Amino acid sequence: MDAIERGLLEKVADLHGVPEGAYNLRENGKSVARASSANIEIVSKTEEGKSGIDIFIKPGTKNESVHIPVILSQSGLHELVYNDFHIGEGADVLIIAGCGIHNCGVQDSEHSGVHTFYVGKNAKVRYVEKHYADGDGSGERIMNPTSEVYIEEGGSMEMETTQIKGVDSTRRVTRAKLAKGASLVVREKIYTHGKQTAATEFSVDLDGEGAAADVVSRSVAAENSHQEFTAVINGNAKCTGHSECDAIIMDNGTVTALPALTANCVDAELIHEAAIGKIAGEQLTKLMTLGLTEQQAEEQIIQGFLK
Amino acid sequence: MAAMLELQHVCFAAEDGQEKGARKEILHDVSLTVNDRFVALTGPNGGGKSTLAKVIAGIYRPTSGKILFNGEDITDLSVTDRAKKGISFAFQQPVRFKGITVRDLLSIAAGKKLTVSEACRYLAEVGLCAREYVEREVNASLSGGELKRVEIATILARGTELSVFDEPEAGIDLWSFNSLIGVFEELHRKINGSILIISHQERILNIADKIVVLADGRVSRVGGREILPELLSGARPSPCAVLTGEGRNG
Ligand SMILES: Nc1ncnc2c1ncn2[C@@H]1O[C@H](COP(=O)(O)OP(=O)(O)OP(=O)(O)O)[C@@H](O)[C@H]1O
Ligand SMILES: [Mg+2]
Repeated sequence: MDAIERGLLEKVADLHGVPEGAYNLRENGKSVARASSANIEIVSKTEEGKSGIDIFIKPGTKNESVHIPVILSQSGLHELVYNDFHIGEGADVLIIAGCGIHNCGVQDSEHSGVHTFYVGKNAKVRYVEKHYADGDGSGERIMNPTSEVYIEEGGSMEMETTQIKGVDSTRRVTRAKLAKGASLVVREKIYTHGKQTAATEFSVDLDGEGAAADVVSRSVAAENSHQEFTAVINGNAKCTGHSECDAIIMDNGTVTALPALTANCVDAELIHEAAIGKIAGEQLTKLMTLGLTEQQAEEQIIQGFLK
Repeated sequence: MAAMLELQHVCFAAEDGQEKGARKEILHDVSLTVNDRFVALTGPNGGGKSTLAKVIAGIYRPTSGKILFNGEDITDLSVTDRAKKGISFAFQQPVRFKGITVRDLLSIAAGKKLTVSEACRYLAEVGLCAREYVEREVNASLSGGELKRVEIATILARGTELSVFDEPEAGIDLWSFNSLIGVFEELHRKINGSILIISHQERILNIADKIVVLADGRVSRVGGREILPELLSGARPSPCAVLTGEGRNG
């Protein structure tokens, strides 16, 4: 692994070396390092033409983590990867994913990941994902993650996703189905600049009584970038659903928020909030009275907002 | 030596919200010197006190007149430059920020990354149980009084020659009121600068070396503490004619 790859790994997974516990490191289209643990088994997919891994987490596994970072440093690589997570009943685990692309060539580099999560009864999953790209080639850096989430009775999943910088184009799709008493919390953060585009689509079916979803996206669209946020929540039982898009636009950045709530049950309680606007003038003024220049104030506000 | 702030014939007109292009003069020919320990600025609601504070901080530019700070003409300096020269301003309505913590804000104010214990010291001074607050966001979850105290703490963290507080006591409970006066005394002792406090509170006016009354955008009275009894018993402005029914037939 060279310095560029080590840098990517640090950016997307805060990793300085081999992670603890189970992990799979994918580099330029191939699995290059892997470890299973007593309770977490990682195996390659065997189906013809389907690249990816299955991750089996034993029922009752507690306080363990899985790292599955992906890095691409070869220009012109396009990959489609399927990762399936089978999380056993009552398990409580942390999954750290992340993708870093370094493209200094003229060809586009693209990573598309399809993650499917089967969250067992009363299992608890925290999923943390960071996307980052750099390199000064004219080839685009593209990431299109899809997440399919099935949460069984009493299970819960918390997804923290961050697109830090440098991704030219992304379309993020998250679909979830929640059974009785299941809960899903999503915290998404996206920063776009240059001519980047980011589309993020959530579609959540609250099928079971007491199911709850809370989807919050915070984003900043700077320079000439464009973002689109779509959140569909279907309340099919006595449930609660909340989606929120909180966006700051700067320069010529543009943002579209498209909420869609459907209550198919009289006891479904669904809320959507969306706020799009530039940084409040009084916030800038306040920080300037503390001695910051306007630009420094802007940076502090954005940094805090996306923290 | 206390700081020296001098306003010379300052006028300020704001854009009229109702009529496009029209301007409404809010401050009329205000001249004022601040070179004492505590100067209290008081007067009726809408008299122009907050507007004057913003003119001092550089948030509003005077339409005419001059502002001198320690002898230097700062009329054309930006908010940032005035802050760097040594002017601090605590807002009447503090601003909230998503994601910026109390410690971040105090660090920005102090001009260096503060450790938890350094940040705690400033919070303790304004009576906030420090450990509970340092890592909290300065967002809508803070109560009005808590936010107000954090605002005061940022001014303490700056420790500049001139500090302007816009109604610092508003929303602060009675119990903390005495300590607030202690805070100002301590700030003065440390910096040996000047403190301009906008207030309606007798107890704050009582510690002032100079009291300035601003009404209808004009300085209507300047004096020492001895003018206080007269101010308190003094003629109240007549109530609005519409409310009293004056000027209507019958
Ligand atoms: N940006 C503005 N545009 C138009 N009018 C303004 C603006 N800012 C203040 N005013 C008006 O100027 C007058 C003075 O307001 P200011 O806030 O300075 O009063 P104040 O003395 O601080 O009052 P209070 O004691 O209620 O805080 C008020 O009539 C107010 O409505
Ligand atoms: Mg005011």
